[in-house]
Amino acid sequence: MHRFANPARFQRLSAAILPWTAGATVILLIVGLYIALIGSPRDYQQGDTVRIMYIHVPAAWMSLFVYVNMAIAAACGLVWKHPLADLFAKAAAPVGAGFTFICLVTGSLWGAPMWGTWWVWDARLTSVLILFFLYLGYMALVNAFDDPQRGTRAGNVLLLVGIVNVPIIKFSVDWWNTLHQPASVIRMGGPTIDGSMLVPLLVMALGFTAYFITVVLLRLRAEIVQRKIQTMRLTEAQG
Amino acid sequence: MAEFFAMGGYAAYVWSSYALAALVMVGLLVATLKALRGAETTLKALEGSRPPRRRRARNGAAASPAAEVGEG
Amino acid sequence: MTRKKRRLYMLGLALLGLGAATALTLTAFEDNIVFFFSPTQLQTQDIGDRNFRLGGLVEEGSVSKMPDGVTTRFRVTDTVHTVAVSYRGQLPDLFREGQGVITEGRMINGVFQAREVLAKHDENYMPPEVAAALKEAEHFKANSKEQKPSS
Repeated sequence: MHRFANPARFQRLSAAILPWTAGATVILLIVGLYIALIGSPRDYQQGDTVRIMYIHVPAAWMSLFVYVNMAIAAACGLVWKHPLADLFAKAAAPVGAGFTFICLVTGSLWGAPMWGTWWVWDARLTSVLILFFLYLGYMALVNAFDDPQRGTRAGNVLLLVGIVNVPIIKFSVDWWNTLHQPASVIRMGGPTIDGSMLVPLLVMALGFTAYFITVVLLRLRAEIVQRKIQTMRLTEAQG
Repeated sequence: MAEFFAMGGYAAYVWSSYALAALVMVGLLVATLKALRGAETTLKALEGSRPPRRRRARNGAAASPAAEVGEG
Repeated sequence: MTRKKRRLYMLGLALLGLGAATALTLTAFEDNIVFFFSPTQLQTQDIGDRNFRLGGLVEEGSVSKMPDGVTTRFRVTDTVHTVAVSYRGQLPDLFREGQGVITEGRMINGVFQAREVLAKHDENYMPPEVAAALKEAEHFKANSKEQKPSS
C-alpha cells in the first residue's frame, strides 16, 4: 500500500489513468444524458419529473460514497500517517460537498411539484443536510489551523465522528415515518424501478463516479504540487 | 421538439435540475484545472529561479519533516 | 504494542463508543423523529389540541370539492382507521385517490382541518404502459380468484 502512497509514483500513475477516466466520464455522461432525457419513458405517476431522479439519485449516492471514502482515508491518515490519505480527503471534500448540494437542490426542485413542498424537516432530508454541513465543516476545519498537520488531524477526527450519519441517512426512510419514499434500487427483494428507468439511472451513476475519480486525481495532483512548492519555499527560507 | 423542451409542463423543474448539476460539476472541474495550472506554473518559476535547485531542494527536504510529501 | 497498533485500537474503541452513543440517542428520541402519525396511532395516542401531521392513503372515492371551489374534503386511511380531512388550498400534483399523503393541521370537532397537504409517493417507478399492464394482470388475477374460490 505504501508503494502507491509515494507521491512521485502517484504522479506517474495518475498521469497514466487520467485520460481513461476523463474519456469514460464524457462517454458515460453523454450516453446517460441521452437515455435520461430522450430514451426513457415518463413515470406513470410523476410524468416527466421522474427525469430529475437521474441527477438526484446518483448525486445522493455519490455524496455518501465520497464521504465513506474520505472517512476511510481519514482512518488511514490517523493510524498509518499516510501523507496521500490526508491529501485525498482534502481533495475529495469539495467534490463531495458539490454532489450533496446537487442532491439537496434537485430534491427540492422535485419535491415542489410532486410533494407540494420545497423542503420538510423529515429524517431523510435533515440527515442529508447534516452531511452537507459535515463537508463544509471539514473544509473549514482543515484550513483553520496555522499548522496544516493539526488541521488535517482535526478534520480527520471530524470525518470519523460524522460517519455515524451515513447509516442514518441510508436507513432513515425505513426507521422513521418520513415524507421521502423508501429506497427503490438498493433494497432487499430487488429494485422496484422499471428496467427502462434503471438503465439511465445506473449509467448516470457510473458517469458521476468517473467524474469524481477524474476530478479527485486532478485535485490530488494540484495538492502534491502545492506541497512541493511549500517545501521549496521552506528550504529556501531556511537555507 | 417543443414537446421535449416542455417536459410535460415541468420544464422549469427538470431543466433547472440539469442546469444546476452541470453548473456545479463544470465549475468544480474548471476551478480544479485552474488551481492545477496555477500551481504547476508557480513550481516551474520556482525551479527556474534556482538552477542548482534539484540538489539543494533534495538536501533541504531530507532534513525537513515535510520531506515525505515534498519530493516527487 | 507498536504505536501504530495502539492508534488503531484507540480509533476502533472511539468509533465503537460513538456508534453506541448514537444508537442510544436515536432510540431515546425515536418518538420525536416521527414525522407524522397514522390514523391508528391517533386512536391510541392522545395528541391534544395542537398542530400535528397526519399521514396515510387518500381513501378511494372519498375526495370531493366543496361548492366554494377551493375547499377539498377527503378521508385519510391506513386501511384500519380513517380520519376525515378538510383542506383549503392548492393540492400537489401527485395528490390522488389511493396515493399517500401527509397533512399538517389540527383536529376540530372530529374533522382534521389541514393547513398543508403533501403528497407522499412510494418507491415504485415505471412507465404508464407497464402500470396499465400490471393493473390488467391484477384485475385478471382477482377475476380468476373469484371464479375458483378453492384455489
